[in-house]
Amino acid sequence: MKQSIGVRIWRWSIISVVALYLLVPLYAMYDFSTKPFGFADQGRTFRAWQMIPSQQDLFPAITRSLITAAIVMAIILFLVVPTAIWVHLKLPVLRRPFELLCLLPLAIPAIVIVVGIAPLYRWISINLYESPITLAGVYSMLILPYTYRSLSALDAVDIHTLAEAATTLGSSIARIIFKIVMPTIKTGIVNGSFIAIALVLGEYTISNILNFKTFQVVIAQIGRSDGNVAVAVSLASLLFVIVLLLVIPTKKRQGSVLDVDTI
Amino acid sequence: MAYLGVLPFLAFTGLFLLYPTWSVISGAFEDNYGVRSTAMLREIFYSPIARTAFGNSLELSLKTAVVGAVIGALFAWTLATGKPGGSFYKVSVALSSALAQFGGVMLVFAFLATFGFNGLVLTLATKYLPSSFLADASWLYSMNGLAVLYTFFQIPLMVLVFLPTLENLKPQWREASDALGGKAFEYWLRIGIPVLTPSFLGAALLLFVNSFSAYATANILINLGDYLTPLQIAIALTSETGGSNPAEAKTLSFYMVVVVVIAMSAYALLRKKVSKWEQQR
Repeated sequence: MKQSIGVRIWRWSIISVVALYLLVPLYAMYDFSTKPFGFADQGRTFRAWQMIPSQQDLFPAITRSLITAAIVMAIILFLVVPTAIWVHLKLPVLRRPFELLCLLPLAIPAIVIVVGIAPLYRWISINLYESPITLAGVYSMLILPYTYRSLSALDAVDIHTLAEAATTLGSSIARIIFKIVMPTIKTGIVNGSFIAIALVLGEYTISNILNFKTFQVVIAQIGRSDGNVAVAVSLASLLFVIVLLLVIPTKKRQGSVLDVDTI
Repeated sequence: MAYLGVLPFLAFTGLFLLYPTWSVISGAFEDNYGVRSTAMLREIFYSPIARTAFGNSLELSLKTAVVGAVIGALFAWTLATGKPGGSFYKVSVALSSALAQFGGVMLVFAFLATFGFNGLVLTLATKYLPSSFLADASWLYSMNGLAVLYTFFQIPLMVLVFLPTLENLKPQWREASDALGGKAFEYWLRIGIPVLTPSFLGAALLLFVNSFSAYATANILINLGDYLTPLQIAIALTSETGGSNPAEAKTLSFYMVVVVVIAMSAYALLRKKVSKWEQQR
């Protein structure tokens, strides 16, 4: 396809403006995190980067966030997805209410969910014990619309025929859900899990208000004592996510990670 | 019997989604002692502080939705007209996916490292353009500063949301227009823009909701409780100056939900229009 001069000028000016806007702050993060320490005003130092491993709160926070992400993924895999399949197979009447329920979090901002859940959360922390499970429960609700979207593959596969065939051959319903239907929508589930990790690692609003020291809350806390280190940690985690996204094959991701378009 | 299968899910969503939602909505119609009243709704509605915050929130969301949608759509167009599956395309989509989630703590640090004290641009500006606004970090903490920060995650989100639509534009339409002697601008004016408008508006509404609900970025950058509604809610909920006010938090939340529900309903209506020509995706 040969493009006219006009189109090319347009394209390149748009690309340069957007690239400048998006990349300058990223470069500035690198610049800021390698600024010479103290009164020296020349050269580069990797002091901030070297100090990352010695941040006491950082690694427990990453572990805590990853555990939360794992619980969220377990909730998706063993509760949300099986229920979606169950509704598809056995209760077609409930498909519309199920969809509405899954899309409801789109209309409820995270800060509003916190307001609603705070009394319950406080009650659980005082009377039972404080665990990432409550937090994971709230998070799994936040990503419910995305999980639902990634399950749209259920419409493409004829799961009724699959289920009938399996029943005739003597499969139990659990086996049908976990061993027969779920593998056919594996891509969607992988996408959903990826969004879960991204959300949990990037979430600040809920964990901050509920006083839960997750990854983002601790970065903000580091930022109060040593800006350079906080910037270094932020840049490191961002680069990690970008590399991860490049490694995951684009085709299998069905367009984009955040395929909100077709909601 | 089959209904038993959805019980665990219903119990779970009931606890973590329906109960909080209900508690906010019903709480907006109660005072702090659980007595039914609309006093708080009225008080907040006429409160100048709440009004200013709500106005700021709306203004910020509108501005960043419009700017983000326009720039993001233009950038998505450069991707759609580029080599599909090329490395520029791949890197841009990956970068957009990462940056769309970038709001909050890390975003604030990125911009402080750029325009803040000792930041890259500020240092350069003090050297070469000492009289410009860039030489002083204070603009970052204003409405415009917040808007610049929010746009940073709005553009990538727009790219992600709008790119599939642009890729679904049929090349045959352009060919037909060309064959009938249409110029490039005529194609865009009479076919491209009218066809894309519902999708574009829908995406812009998503962006609006996205920034209207955002809390983290503003909370870290400007620690002013009354500036935006989400900040005001957080203050009412966890007041450090003694005595939180759950009824106030719930009422403010209720007003936020009303705005978001209106925006999302408009979005759903627009999507219905879109799906007519996009059905065979």
